[in-house]
Amino acid sequence: MITIKEYVAPAEIKEAYEILVSKKKNVILGGCGFIKMGSANINTAIDLCNLSLDYIKEEENEIFIGADTSLRDLEINEIIKKYCNGVISEAVSNIVGVQFRNIARVGASVFSKYGFSDLIPALLVLDAKVKLYNGGLIELERFLESKHQKDILVEVVLPKKRGQAVFNSIRKSSTDFAILNGAMFKGEDNSCKIAIGARPSRAKLAVKAASLLEKKEINSEQDILLAAEIASEELSFGTNLRGSKEYRKDMCKVLVKRMNKELGDHHD
Amino acid sequence: MNIKLTINNRDMEIDVDPDEFLVDTLRKYGCLSVKRGCDTGSCGLCAVWIDEKVILSCTYLTVRAAGKSITTLEGVEKEAKEFTDFLASEGADQCGFCAPGFIMTVLSMKKEIINPSEEDILHYLNGNLCRCTGYKGQIRAIKKYLKVPFQE
Repeated sequence: MITIKEYVAPAEIKEAYEILVSKKKNVILGGCGFIKMGSANINTAIDLCNLSLDYIKEEENEIFIGADTSLRDLEINEIIKKYCNGVISEAVSNIVGVQFRNIARVGASVFSKYGFSDLIPALLVLDAKVKLYNGGLIELERFLESKHQKDILVEVVLPKKRGQAVFNSIRKSSTDFAILNGAMFKGEDNSCKIAIGARPSRAKLAVKAASLLEKKEINSEQDILLAAEIASEELSFGTNLRGSKEYRKDMCKVLVKRMNKELGDHHD
Repeated sequence: MNIKLTINNRDMEIDVDPDEFLVDTLRKYGCLSVKRGCDTGSCGLCAVWIDEKVILSCTYLTVRAAGKSITTLEGVEKEAKEFTDFLASEGADQCGFCAPGFIMTVLSMKKEIINPSEEDILHYLNGNLCRCTGYKGQIRAIKKYLKVPFQE
């Protein structure tokens, strides 16, 4: 059960941050999509709706996604759909339904560091950064590893990478939480990134596996099999009600192979 | 808290608790088409429109609707009737409990996607669960309503 004593929607981010840190039980409201999945006694719920953080902007070298942007906007926005063959749009398109994606927010999805997040693996392979009100601009990878601190995620910053990326997942039905998910990027300079999420812990880059596939224009079947094997070894997996550790470890190999094949298809 | 909002084109000023959810408010003010299903944001039964966008009212705090326009099935009766005739003729109404949320989503899709394909329809509606029909009749009804060609 959720109880909220007070609701505020500040007009300034400074004010929102000051309210947030003034009491332990003051929290930022995201889209509230998962609010009923847990229980909490919230003192002051802070809504960011008046901070004009609902935007997707494109500049010469970067794309900026405001924290209050809905996942549905990410899914249908033309800038996002065209960026790295629409990997972000594809990643969020299986999250529950349209109604849910219309309320779920980018900031909350990223800041909460959900293990099951479909968005995070896609952002990881694109070298996304997060801009925090207090913590400043940091790499998403570093943010995910950091300890939880009260802060406000202002925006996600995507460097305009040149290359192709894909998202894939293993799930029982289209709107279910993923048993395992992942994203893969291959740059025009033959750089490579692989991220695996829903392990069930949060997504992480498979650095060793990706380095094996880097710097080669064409990877042999043997390279792919080895990279898939390495990814399953370098990352840790766990068991929850959706899948066992052993199953996830095996499926990780399958996912890496599938994503690599899809990237090949995109190149064609 | 005192908020102003519009429900089905009716301007209202109401008192709500900060932790009150829209499904409860709407039902309290007579919009009984809005059904409580899973109550965890998964089934689509409580779908309504906020400023023309379809959302789940079971996880939407009413205070966030301040200054916004909410539409429930009661507010689009004429438009809905046109579609429900197709639902009935395809035998897709069954128990009807999921119908209000389902209809609100179909009408939202009609506004958002011009000439949707069958794939678009299935994708747009995958957040609406129905335990009676198996979806076949509903898909037939939508395709006839939107004049989507049937594939061989």
